[in-house]
Amino acid sequence: MTARTLYQKLVDSHTVLKLDEENVLLFCDLHLMNEYTSPQAFSGLDEKDREVLMPGQNIAVVSHIIPTHHEIPRKIADPASSLQALNLKKNCVKHNIPLFDTNHPLQGIEHVVSPEHGMVRPGMVIICGDSHTTTYGALGALGFGIGTSEVEHVLATQTLVYRLAKNMHIKINGTLPVGTTSKDMILNIISQIGAKGAIGYVVEFSGSALTDLSTEARFTLCNMAVEAGARGALIAPDKTAIDYVLARCPDITGEIKDRALVHWASLYSDADAQFEKAYEFDASDMAPFVTWGTSPDQAIAINAAIPTKDSIQDPIDKLSLEQALRYTKLSDGQRLEGTPIDHVFIGSCTNGRIEDLRNVIAAIGDRKVAPGVRAMVVPGSGAVKAQAEQEGIADKLIAAGFEWRKPGCSMCLAMNDDVLTSGTRCASTTNRNFEGRQGRGAITHLMSPAMAAAAAVTGKITDVRKLQGAANA
Amino acid sequence: MHKLSKIHGHAAALHIANFDTDQVMPKQFLRGIDKSGLAQGLFYDLRFDEHGEPKQNFFLNQPAYAKTDVLIAGSNYGCGSSREHAVWGMQQFGFKAVIASSFAEIFYSNAMGNGLLLVVLPEKQVQALMKEADDKGVPISLDIDIENLKVRTTHHEFTFVMSARHRRMFLEGLDVIGLTLKHKKEIDAFAQEHWNEQPWVKDVARKTMDRLN
Repeated sequence: MTARTLYQKLVDSHTVLKLDEENVLLFCDLHLMNEYTSPQAFSGLDEKDREVLMPGQNIAVVSHIIPTHHEIPRKIADPASSLQALNLKKNCVKHNIPLFDTNHPLQGIEHVVSPEHGMVRPGMVIICGDSHTTTYGALGALGFGIGTSEVEHVLATQTLVYRLAKNMHIKINGTLPVGTTSKDMILNIISQIGAKGAIGYVVEFSGSALTDLSTEARFTLCNMAVEAGARGALIAPDKTAIDYVLARCPDITGEIKDRALVHWASLYSDADAQFEKAYEFDASDMAPFVTWGTSPDQAIAINAAIPTKDSIQDPIDKLSLEQALRYTKLSDGQRLEGTPIDHVFIGSCTNGRIEDLRNVIAAIGDRKVAPGVRAMVVPGSGAVKAQAEQEGIADKLIAAGFEWRKPGCSMCLAMNDDVLTSGTRCASTTNRNFEGRQGRGAITHLMSPAMAAAAAVTGKITDVRKLQGAANA
Repeated sequence: MHKLSKIHGHAAALHIANFDTDQVMPKQFLRGIDKSGLAQGLFYDLRFDEHGEPKQNFFLNQPAYAKTDVLIAGSNYGCGSSREHAVWGMQQFGFKAVIASSFAEIFYSNAMGNGLLLVVLPEKQVQALMKEADDKGVPISLDIDIENLKVRTTHHEFTFVMSARHRRMFLEGLDVIGLTLKHKKEIDAFAQEHWNEQPWVKDVARKTMDRLN
């Protein structure tokens, strides 16, 4: 048999039919839905009087529009958003689809909720009307985002007409130094391969630098692969991944467990498998990374300077740099360290997990949020929130002057009422620094939770490694 | 999707690379439960100032560009969020096609599935078309021939590539879900075999939810 990549194995094991040279009918094990990219898909089904083919393989979450204030029960004040949530519930009831509704204690961001309760298992194909579905590659599951028309297609057929991707291998050698995380790793990689560097590819990450990463850190890595344009991200499941899954899947026991372990052990790229493109990085010399522009690839190490206009040959790249700096109110050649910030946002499907919050606590030590800075922490899910409260993280954050809020997507995309005003500069653990993403005219600097914590307590972009007494995560 | 074999359009250039779907259709326009009313939100921060007044210096607000229905855009157009509202909004605004050297993957699928034609040309050719449009100062007349995969303007003719399946979708106006449902027997059979091999993925969402509740 010809050598195959992990990606090819996952596609092969989910191919119902080969449609032509480029497309297959791909079976989807799990389909996640949210309130804002699914309504038109359900109405499309209704118009044609179509049923949901396999409701038990679908799950829905209210995540994007939900307010994060402290309020019991939670209420969605915006009438249009409230209608979206009600509409999702109506559709889920009608089609018998499980739902984490607004006031469900485990409600949260789809990409945090589904793996933490064992819905994501190695070897699965998982899709969602949300681009950050690449997250699940951390457990050896092929995840990718789809549009609403495809949501409708999956609901009606549990399959997708799927255009095959090419294979990219990104090997990361060495070990991350103290004070850096997988967020720094992925920002570093995106800055080097570019925001369109992985268009057309599913990226498989491997290398010694991954071995020590927790599953949560791997989620962050795979989550942001889409910011390089990737159609999917994968890490071959190892003991770390399998332990994570088994701890969350009480149904996988006995003979089923034995069979699952055998199957999961086959999920790797064969030694002779061909990748159309390959990169190699060394984690050992990676520093904390921060974005300076309006695209996630416009990022530099905290101890480096923003590129100068003259250093850029390509006229389009030069134009992009000028456009970005005009928006972020920075100059070429400038260093980011010391840039005053107004706001800190810690959360999102990229960095809203318990480990991220532990990193925040470790970084701040006994410090308080700097005067004039508003610092928000929005846990990724109800389970993360409960755990952080149990571990005393929430109390420490509150004592340090952070706002401890309820779970949701919140200010990652500012679709609820957590919106920044124009000119506000935000240190953010999210995934996109696009123009207007966190509010019209608001400026976003992407960074790790530890770096965002350092910014919160110093009031400026700060190298967390220089914070005295910070237990560098 | 309607049958479409030719687009006769009026093209103008948007000189921004990595133009993301947050900019195509900002968040405040994503709160509907139907597809209507999205033309207003298209390119909102480019078209309107913070008081909601049209920005006169943005080309789509100028009378000379009123007929624009083909966009010649920077690379990686449509990156970021999966929101299909970006495609619906472009169509409701009147756009029939976008030409760029690359498109983000999800945006590409969304657009082609809705009949918003995306044409991929090498960056040099995109730049040539942008220059032709900029030089003219009004939208240039531009034809896209889906049958023969050609883009034609007064000064240029370029050939583009498109998958056979997408081309057929445009030429024949296919209902993709309807076509897939013709394979329902194969899908059901596949699922049974798949679940025999991997019983731990069957009803994974339902079973997890039952356990948690």
